[in-house]
Amino acid sequence: MDAYVHLVPWIVLIPLAGFLFNGLLGMASGTFREQKNLIGGVATLAVFIPFLLALWLFFAMSGDSDAATVSLFTWIEAGSFTTDIGYRLDQLSLLMTLVVTGVGALIHLYAIGYMAGDEGFWKFFAFMNLFIFAMLNLVLADNMLLLFLGWEGVGLCSYLLIGFWYTDMAKSDAAKKAFMYNRVGDFAFLIAMFMIFQIVGSLRFEDILSGTGLFTTDQVFIIGLLILIGATGKSAQIPLFVWLPDAMAGPTPVSALIHAATMVTSGIYVISRLSPFFMQSPELMLFVAVIGAFTAVVAATIALTKYDIKAVLAYSTVSQLGFMFLALGSGAYVAAMFHVVTHAFFKACLFLGSGSVIHAMHHVEHKLHEEGKHVHFDAQDMRYMGGLRKYLPHTYKTFLIATIAIAGIPPLAGFFSKDEILVMTFNAGMGTYGAVYIGLWAIALITAFMTAFYMFRLTLGTFHGEFRLPQKFSEAKGAEEHLHESPVTMTSVLWVLAALSIVGGFIGIPNFVVATFTGTADVNLLSNWLDRTTMDADLTLSKLVEWFLLFGSVLVAAAGIFVAYRLYEGDQLEASDARISERFGAMYQVWSDKYKIDEIYEGAIVRPTVRFSERVLDVFDKKGIDGFVNFIAAAVRFTGGVVRYFQTGMIQSYAYGIVLGVILVIYMLLFR
Amino acid sequence: MESANELLTILPLIIIGAAGLFVMMLDAFTGSARLAYLATILFSAAALAVAVSDLFGPMGESFHGLITYGGTSSFGMVLVMTGTLFSVILSRDYLEKTGMHIAEVYSMILFAAFGMLLLVSSNNLVTLFLGIETMSISLYVLAGLVKNHKKSVEAALKYFLLGAFATGFLLYGIALLYGASGSTFLVDIAATEDKGMIYWAGVGLLLVGFFFKISAVPFHMWTPDVYQGAPTTITAFMATASKAAAFVAFILVLSRALPDARADWSDVIWLFALLTMVVGNILALVQDNVKRMLAYSSIAHAGYIMIGLAAGTDAAYSAVLFYLFAYTLMNIGAFGIVAYYEWHKGYDFTEVSNYSGLGFKQPIMGVLMSVFLFSMVGIPPFAGFIGKYRVFAAAVDEGLISLVIVGVLASAASVYYYLRVLVHLFMKESENGIVLSRPGTLYTASLLILAALTIFFGINPGVLTDLLGSFWTVQY
Repeated sequence: MDAYVHLVPWIVLIPLAGFLFNGLLGMASGTFREQKNLIGGVATLAVFIPFLLALWLFFAMSGDSDAATVSLFTWIEAGSFTTDIGYRLDQLSLLMTLVVTGVGALIHLYAIGYMAGDEGFWKFFAFMNLFIFAMLNLVLADNMLLLFLGWEGVGLCSYLLIGFWYTDMAKSDAAKKAFMYNRVGDFAFLIAMFMIFQIVGSLRFEDILSGTGLFTTDQVFIIGLLILIGATGKSAQIPLFVWLPDAMAGPTPVSALIHAATMVTSGIYVISRLSPFFMQSPELMLFVAVIGAFTAVVAATIALTKYDIKAVLAYSTVSQLGFMFLALGSGAYVAAMFHVVTHAFFKACLFLGSGSVIHAMHHVEHKLHEEGKHVHFDAQDMRYMGGLRKYLPHTYKTFLIATIAIAGIPPLAGFFSKDEILVMTFNAGMGTYGAVYIGLWAIALITAFMTAFYMFRLTLGTFHGEFRLPQKFSEAKGAEEHLHESPVTMTSVLWVLAALSIVGGFIGIPNFVVATFTGTADVNLLSNWLDRTTMDADLTLSKLVEWFLLFGSVLVAAAGIFVAYRLYEGDQLEASDARISERFGAMYQVWSDKYKIDEIYEGAIVRPTVRFSERVLDVFDKKGIDGFVNFIAAAVRFTGGVVRYFQTGMIQSYAYGIVLGVILVIYMLLFR
Repeated sequence: MESANELLTILPLIIIGAAGLFVMMLDAFTGSARLAYLATILFSAAALAVAVSDLFGPMGESFHGLITYGGTSSFGMVLVMTGTLFSVILSRDYLEKTGMHIAEVYSMILFAAFGMLLLVSSNNLVTLFLGIETMSISLYVLAGLVKNHKKSVEAALKYFLLGAFATGFLLYGIALLYGASGSTFLVDIAATEDKGMIYWAGVGLLLVGFFFKISAVPFHMWTPDVYQGAPTTITAFMATASKAAAFVAFILVLSRALPDARADWSDVIWLFALLTMVVGNILALVQDNVKRMLAYSSIAHAGYIMIGLAAGTDAAYSAVLFYLFAYTLMNIGAFGIVAYYEWHKGYDFTEVSNYSGLGFKQPIMGVLMSVFLFSMVGIPPFAGFIGKYRVFAAAVDEGLISLVIVGVLASAASVYYYLRVLVHLFMKESENGIVLSRPGTLYTASLLILAALTIFFGINPGVLTDLLGSFWTVQY
């Protein structure tokens, strides 16, 4: 791959150029800010061109190409520690690059229409390009420190974009919350990095992966755990997942790009990158799998109860990320990356579809206000929607396709990746800690049922039945005439993503499906592609068991859809929810209250910290630290005053100073 | 054709010398300051380009050993011409707005630059003295540019009197060294066998001459008065180009004329570096005027740079050269922005309280100021951090640990006075309804270039440090 690796820096730098172009010109010129087509066009191209470059690399590369690295320059040099700004091109990093730039370019295109009316248009696109730049650094870095730079960079962009409408205090708070939770994870990640450097003496992936033998089992467990904590922050897993649902305060394209398709998968990427390291400790793997499975089920149960369409999608994202962690923990790195890819397609499609819906609902509210009707409602709340399929046909069709894909119905993308995860988890049940993995498999199966259920609840509640807004407000009679489909720049993106959600799964067709008929088969393209970069657990199941599992997962998904259809078709949204709530009683309340995790953190961590700060630290700060600082400052000011005394402005005293200096110099040299 | 080749070794000198005369004539015949400005930029850019290409050329001596070229000297020329070019570019808007735009300024700047170029290429104490004096006399004139302003005239007079005083010591030192070694060539002085009292007194007075030029404490007292009194862009020129030239010449003298006496002068520089850092920083803390604060800050920076000189190794010298480069970039930048704010209320709008809330009007200037000030504090990823880091690291390698500790503490204290400017720019309410006009495109562009270089060499110092390191692997 050495012949092509020189393209990699361009892939990274073009989005940076886009950021600088829009950022600097936008900051400098008011007239430039009005050139929205130019701004959006440049920003989109700044992501699309790297995508084309990545595509070229993809065709130039094959599954057995060697990894290649390119170093731009030495970045940090301190004693024995050196780090380059260097990029690593291999199958794994290229796969992530394709997803980031491909889905990224589509979302940029979509956002041109979505953000058209916004004052901060230029700022938005500058931040989006900066995000892509940081994300590409993260996935292409050839050492952990540069990866960490990208890791922090995407965190910063996430913060900036969640709080994009910063005048709204709640959104600003959501941005801060995301940032703080990520800090917890980042800190652990940083410590892991220190420990790795101490043991290996280098932060390059090449050295770390070839030096896995240097670690003792305990070190692997501790370092792996710290990396995992870092990953739970960025990828929204238990215990740090609570920031992601709040992060939906950002503009919808941001939710689609950062909080569904790319940034939140970086934790999965890092663990895949270090797969030979993680595979050394079965306990560590089990830990990863348990975190994943529990996150999946917890988030799915919360998603059952939400009415805010973006909140449902957010919890669904957390839940799907949980599936990916489960795959990682089961040693199925290919399956995890596979799900990263397919999830990027269908979840981006769902988020952008929800954006289209919100866009339409906002328009309705706006029109009603123009007519002098003061109807206030939440444009993201399903309870005011319903029947939208008539008015938003493209949005509806694409949303439905993506919903079927996430539910896991063959042959759409989500089916293949989710099935592979379930198979591999079951497969892990044959090895060390087998019983636990079988339990996790059961949890995952239940979660798969719930996924199909809540996603169809969402689709049916939003698009089927009658438009409920006029039923809720008498003033809003005839409001449906204001409902419009989004412009073609937005719907075309939806269709592309929907198409990808249909065919995306074919890159990972399980071998056994074909092998049953032909004897042996080698049709899993993704598995071949990632063969050299990730270290997968061996599949030991017989074909019969695999078929059994496959039908099981289809059956479960179909059951979820069937139940959802029975309950929610025909405007039964709130009535059915009330029935479910009654049936499950307190449990439903727990789900709906999001397990009170925010409240637990508030009570267990935030409030005690605040109280401790007020009672102890504040006093110590004011009396101790400030007192000391003030003392120093006073001493310095006093000294300054004294020394200043010599700065009289009188030239004689200046000459005096010189003479004293001369005497001192001569004395030191002559009378040593 | 030996002589023609020799002329090529001092090509930047020839360009700038000719430019000085040309601009003076231009003034006499057309009186147009604008033409003079353009001509100065063109000539300076040409000289800078030649100097940059010389960096990669050969090193050696010419004119019977009077001149040294290539390597460190060429880098000195790059520093001088960078300082000159950017101060000139920033000068026009400022001088026009404050009503001091006359063509003479540019010829004086060019003559001063000529002196600096000679200074950094001197291989002989007489050449060195010529360079220092050509530079200084032009600077005295420039300091007094604002004839009807008391502070400016006072600055010029003080500068001149003290400069003359210090020159006396320098010249006496040269004379004594000549007496001790029988030569004024740097190499011959290094070969002096009999190091008696005359020799050491000569060395001491030579050090004094340099201490004055780099404003080391207690030879620094002229600095704040002159920096504050002179027009701001001229201050930028003095603070960067002349400082850099003096330091490069200092390095040449220390490394070529006095390498064997290192153990002795190292202690002297050690003590004065300490004094300079401590006093420079303490006095900067109590200043309310930004120009004065920057004057003390330049004294403090001289102190950090002297740590590198005290270490006196090849690594330390190349670290000092890097530091000087970063110092040049960030100081012109900072003074450029001070000048920008100053032209809105005329001369003397430089109290830190004047800056309240200005950061949000014309945010680009506020952001640029932050870049330059953060770089001066020495915060990554800016070039100032790398400079400080490399100088300190080289000194630690030489065992000057206590000096480095003082340096680190002093730079920690410096955070206060640099950030104070930013606090006023961004966190205080604007009390007076000042309307900031948009800076000219060239003005903004040159500041942007300075900031970009500050960031670039902060992230990727390797390009430059490798080059600078290579200068010292060649033995003279």
